[in-house]
Amino acid sequence: MSKKVFSRPRSLKEAVFHYCPGCGHSIAHRLVAEVIDELDIRSRVIGIPPAGCAVLAYNYFDVDMIEAQHGRGPATATGIKRARPDSIVFSYQGDGDLAAIGIAESLHAANRGENITVIFINNACYGMTGGQMAPTTMLQQRTTTTPSGRNNILDGYPVKVSEIFSRLPGVTYLERVTVNSPAGVNKTKKAIKKAFRCQIDGLGFSLIEILSPCPTNWKLSPVDSCKWIDDVMSKEFPLGVFKDNTGAGKKTGEAAP
Amino acid sequence: MNKVLMSGNNIIGEAAIRSGCRFYAGYPITPQNELTEYMAEHMREAPGGVFIQSESEIAAIHMIIGASATGARVMTSSSSPGISLKQEGISSMAACELPGVIVNIMRGGPGLGNIRPAQGDYFQATRGGGHGDYRTIVFGPATCQELADLTMSAYDLADKYRTPVMILADGMMGQMMEPVIFKKPKPRHYNENFILKGAGSGKSKFIRGLILDAIDMEEHNWKLERKYQVIKARETLHEEHRTEDAKLVIVAYGTAARIAKGAIKRLRDNGMQVGLFRPITLWPFPEAELRALSARVKKFLVFEMSTGQMLDDVRLALQGYADIEFHGRPGGVVPTPSELANVIARHYKETGK
Amino acid sequence: MMIKTIFSGFGGQGVLMMGYSFAHSAMNKGYQTTYLPSYGAEMRGGTANCTVAVADEEIASPVASEPDHLIAMNSPSLFNFQNKITSGGAIFLNSSIIESRPSRKDIKVYAIPCGDMAQELGNTRVANVIMMGAFLKETGIVSADIYLKSLETIMGSKKKSAAEINRKAFAAGFDFIKK
Ligand SMILES: Cc1ncc(C[n+]2csc(CCOP(=O)(O)OP(=O)(O)O)c2C)c(N)n1
Ligand code: SF4
Repeated sequence: MSKKVFSRPRSLKEAVFHYCPGCGHSIAHRLVAEVIDELDIRSRVIGIPPAGCAVLAYNYFDVDMIEAQHGRGPATATGIKRARPDSIVFSYQGDGDLAAIGIAESLHAANRGENITVIFINNACYGMTGGQMAPTTMLQQRTTTTPSGRNNILDGYPVKVSEIFSRLPGVTYLERVTVNSPAGVNKTKKAIKKAFRCQIDGLGFSLIEILSPCPTNWKLSPVDSCKWIDDVMSKEFPLGVFKDNTGAGKKTGEAAP
Repeated sequence: MNKVLMSGNNIIGEAAIRSGCRFYAGYPITPQNELTEYMAEHMREAPGGVFIQSESEIAAIHMIIGASATGARVMTSSSSPGISLKQEGISSMAACELPGVIVNIMRGGPGLGNIRPAQGDYFQATRGGGHGDYRTIVFGPATCQELADLTMSAYDLADKYRTPVMILADGMMGQMMEPVIFKKPKPRHYNENFILKGAGSGKSKFIRGLILDAIDMEEHNWKLERKYQVIKARETLHEEHRTEDAKLVIVAYGTAARIAKGAIKRLRDNGMQVGLFRPITLWPFPEAELRALSARVKKFLVFEMSTGQMLDDVRLALQGYADIEFHGRPGGVVPTPSELANVIARHYKETGK
Repeated sequence: MMIKTIFSGFGGQGVLMMGYSFAHSAMNKGYQTTYLPSYGAEMRGGTANCTVAVADEEIASPVASEPDHLIAMNSPSLFNFQNKITSGGAIFLNSSIIESRPSRKDIKVYAIPCGDMAQELGNTRVANVIMMGAFLKETGIVSADIYLKSLETIMGSKKKSAAEINRKAFAAGFDFIKK
């Protein structure tokens, strides 16, 4: 397994990532690509990059992709999967994309139990637009739209996507992981693999929340960013499996005949 | 009065706050983030000032609708894709006759497009944009000073006609800094009767857009239309630059008009009699003023950072009384004055003399 | 008169600050001025630039297709912009970290070791102010007094020591150019 790390996955193009040094997107991209290779599903994969720093993901993933408008990835994914059930569909989303503008689309895709996989990058800010508050921004965290720190009374609380989504009966597999250490990266890969396998087996909606460093907007070095995830972020967003119904088999319809 | 050097986005924010805007909701999008960030920093300093980073542009516009109904001066801002999302709410504001200022710092489109300055949202802005029979007053500022002045005017007109007003600028206007002087805003006149504050012990009132009876709805449509006709008759603004002796006149707004001025200067230096007609209100379009010019000028060149949208309004205004040419650079390209000068010179030579 | 200047370098070298303070001082001198920063995705990867136009007439476009001056604080900036400079224009480059020199013969090149000079002053962050000293001495667009006053206004009166080091830095750059 460790050999793989040094070769480019088939599902990644030969392009240099434009992400900032120490950015979690690069790692997440690579892991998703490796999983696609290992599960041998590249031929059927259709991915959906978001509006966000990962907007150019189609330059990196060597799989079919269609870009969605900001937040609408899970709706687009629903359309693809329903129209073409053989495909393996993943929506790649940031925290603004998933938990702010696209919370309705994301929540309802999950609630319908769409047989898709969501890769959710939680970096506690809006990376692309220059570091504004995200729904997942920590209390007291300074961003360009919370210049004196996020204030719970005025700006609300960090949105805990895994906690909330795991309560929806439509959700089959949901895990929160992080890519701030080699061990975390291994775990993340396992989680992503399990999520895709859940979809391949037709078991329903899977979501992997990845706590991911954004050194640029956190104004920390890459190393300190990884530390901040351990010290601060994972306290608010504890890691772990929030839901695993993959053992229950395929869901059956309950509508009246 | 003090001159200050500020970016267009910040100027809009400052002018709004000085005009008494006390409620801002917005969602980050480039190239207007500095406006949202300015409001985040300064709105809460103003007494009663509310800043909300909303979960989407749809939420933002509906938040300002609520605040406007309670009598607050309100603003939301975005850039092209986000303005598309706001259309539902803008249509509601027109229907419910709620004042408010909406800022569009345009970028390249359609779709996600890019974040470069462009003028592709002219149709959307001037035709209403959302569903139903309505119009939005639209300002097309071309300097940072105008951003300040027109933001203040936008609040006056929004209140006066109880209607949404849009500031339509582009990424370059939003990002650019120029010296600006903030004038004293006019005092606000807004009829208390239109404000919801709870019935207290008096009669209750409601604000609505839903009118199920067709005859009633028709009457409401005509009432709005009469208002739009008054706005058309009274509120058009435009600038003419060196048109006195012009044989060819460029029609351009916003950033495109700035570039046109640069081109005109070069051409004038070479003895070509070229002028500029710059609409400042894009709706209402200064139709009569442009038509009046066609008594003297027989050739117009419309220049836009789009594939040709205002062009339609120029055609409607000139009604065939003059020749109309078009030059467009869509997609976020900002052409240079010298490029434009070459294009104009070509057309100028065709004017004969 | 219409002078357009591009300031370019790594994020963190204070190039936007150079442009802004220059535009501010031009305003205070009574000129028309525009300042246009690079923005958005351009900033990923860590480079920044801005364009300042200064004129005694209305400025049409704040964009410089043929800038009169380039201030290059790092090599990529030099490569990006050197061929856009108008013939007869000038490049001011940070020779502490830029090794190559423009091959064009129709422009003036000023190599200012502003990085090393800043180190000598004991504060690597004032390399940009040193460069401004050299730039303004050579071009004379605004006087040292006006510029330093603008710089102080922008920085606020918070830090007396910062104002002091900025003055020293500016003077070092100013004196580096012999006229
Ligand atoms: C309708 C609409 N509004 C706003 C934007 C601007 N926009 C692009 S990405 C983004 C947020 C990015 O943050 P996040 O989803 O957390 O992803 P990250 O960049 O941090 O990976 C925003 C607001 C847009 N593209 N479309
Ligand atoms: S801004 Fe943050 S999320 Fe975006 S590429 Fe840079 S580090 Fe990654």
